[in-house]
Amino acid sequence: MKLDLLTSLYVFMLAGFIGFEVIRRVSPLLHTPLMSLTNALDAIAVVGAILLVGEHKSTLSTVLGTIAIVAATGNLVGGFLITDRMLKMFRASGPKKP
Amino acid sequence: MIGTEQIIEITYLVATALFILSLKWLSSPSTARHGVRAGELGMLLAVGGTLLHHDIVDYKWIAIGLVLGTIIGVPLGKVQMTAVPQRTALSHAFGALCVTLVGTAEFYLRAPDVPRFMMAVLSMEVILGSLTFTGSLMAAGKLQEILPQRPITYRGQNIVNLSLLAIAVGVAAYLVLHPGQTQYFPAVVGIPLVFGVLMIIPIGGADMPTVISLLNSYAGLSAAAMGFVLDSKLLIIAGALDGASGFILSVNMSKAMNRSFSNVLFGAFGQEQAAGAAVQQAQPVRSATAEEAAAILAAANKVVIVPGYGMAVAQAQHKVRELYDALTKRGVDVKFGIHPVAGRMPGHMNVLLAEADIPYDKLLDMEEINGDFPQTDVALVIGANDVTNPAARNDASSPIYGMPILDVDKARTVMVIKRSMSPGFAGIDNPLYYLDKTLMLFGDAKSFVGALVRELAGGQS
Repeated sequence: MKLDLLTSLYVFMLAGFIGFEVIRRVSPLLHTPLMSLTNALDAIAVVGAILLVGEHKSTLSTVLGTIAIVAATGNLVGGFLITDRMLKMFRASGPKKP
Repeated sequence: MIGTEQIIEITYLVATALFILSLKWLSSPSTARHGVRAGELGMLLAVGGTLLHHDIVDYKWIAIGLVLGTIIGVPLGKVQMTAVPQRTALSHAFGALCVTLVGTAEFYLRAPDVPRFMMAVLSMEVILGSLTFTGSLMAAGKLQEILPQRPITYRGQNIVNLSLLAIAVGVAAYLVLHPGQTQYFPAVVGIPLVFGVLMIIPIGGADMPTVISLLNSYAGLSAAAMGFVLDSKLLIIAGALDGASGFILSVNMSKAMNRSFSNVLFGAFGQEQAAGAAVQQAQPVRSATAEEAAAILAAANKVVIVPGYGMAVAQAQHKVRELYDALTKRGVDVKFGIHPVAGRMPGHMNVLLAEADIPYDKLLDMEEINGDFPQTDVALVIGANDVTNPAARNDASSPIYGMPILDVDKARTVMVIKRSMSPGFAGIDNPLYYLDKTLMLFGDAKSFVGALVRELAGGQS
């Protein structure tokens, strides 16, 4: 148990550093899509909610979990859709590609 | 022999790699859309893998949740580009809601035998989640103008807010020691819900870019905390990436306003307004008609357009594109100078201008464009105010002194499209307007730019 926690902390720290380095390179041009994309990725919390509902341990957990699935899925679907829509609009100057 | 358990773990591993690649590909507009694909694929794998889990005994409510979420998500993905800031705030709220509810359910399932570390991260998850939930809803309400945008401040506000948060943390600490006392748990959820509302009340529209980024960071951190509770590396990593992203953006935004985090959250900009407004006095300004302005623009070689929130409010971005086309056709070099905090969220102006089909290589950020202003014939300011205020550079008594600005006053001629002489969101008078080289173009951004386009077209025929 103790070791597991420590591993989790290592994972968190390393992911934080990777995130910092990767995101630092994102051009300010794309900061709005960046935010909507990280939001969509954050919706991975849905896996926690799915397990909670699927295990069906109590009525409370099923009710709360189902609402959580709705919220996270809304973010997931909406987040990817709008990020893609935004990125589609960014084009360089020069002749338009067909 | 590979069992289901291993397959699930492998989908999570692949999903994690795809998430990191997704953000990496976002570094350039040419690869950015691959990033979205990678993210979608990762998500599909992770969700698909999870559904295989043998602990799942009932799929009915999962299916209902997924379907309802999709029904809500599609319209959220199709909002107008001008509504993106409030949509983003709303999605922070959704993410935080999910995390809070799962955390709450996990607590009641595990209590009274919750190990101390588990209880500590669970409290963090729930506290961050619930304050982000209501805080983001408030921010979305302000951005959608359902709630008043102006900051509401009262005496002792910070003390009240911070004491509330301290009480919530205190109760959580008590639960870490005595997890069996489940009757206290609602306070750990409820108090931060109230705190979230109170936290956003004193924040004005101009501070929204920082606040949205900060809420983004909180949403990510609460998801990472949820990862600790559920022992899910995937969730820890996704949360850490989101938290890092929000953190970097918040730092960028506060730097661009020359303010610290705590100043944005706890500094009452509202009190400084009074001092700024008092300085205002009647000074002569030069104004010009669309005809005169169009003639100057047509004669220019180099024009830099500086858009601000006013352009978004007036929905003028498509007219601005027409102006860009008309000038480019005449051989004028047109670029856009974009301040990091222009608009209501990071990158807001870029998205609006890209929507209007302006090539992204013409959209330059502050550091790239500032060296160009001395060689610029006309700087055309559309609906931006404080980010062009030279007082930030040379008036130590100004509340925005030290804030990095776009040096439009170094251009040969400055044109400012503005509805009236009223000061901007920060309520600070802008000496730019009284310079000899400044021409004020009074009117609504959309109709004035439209008039400029007509004049330019007329002059050509």
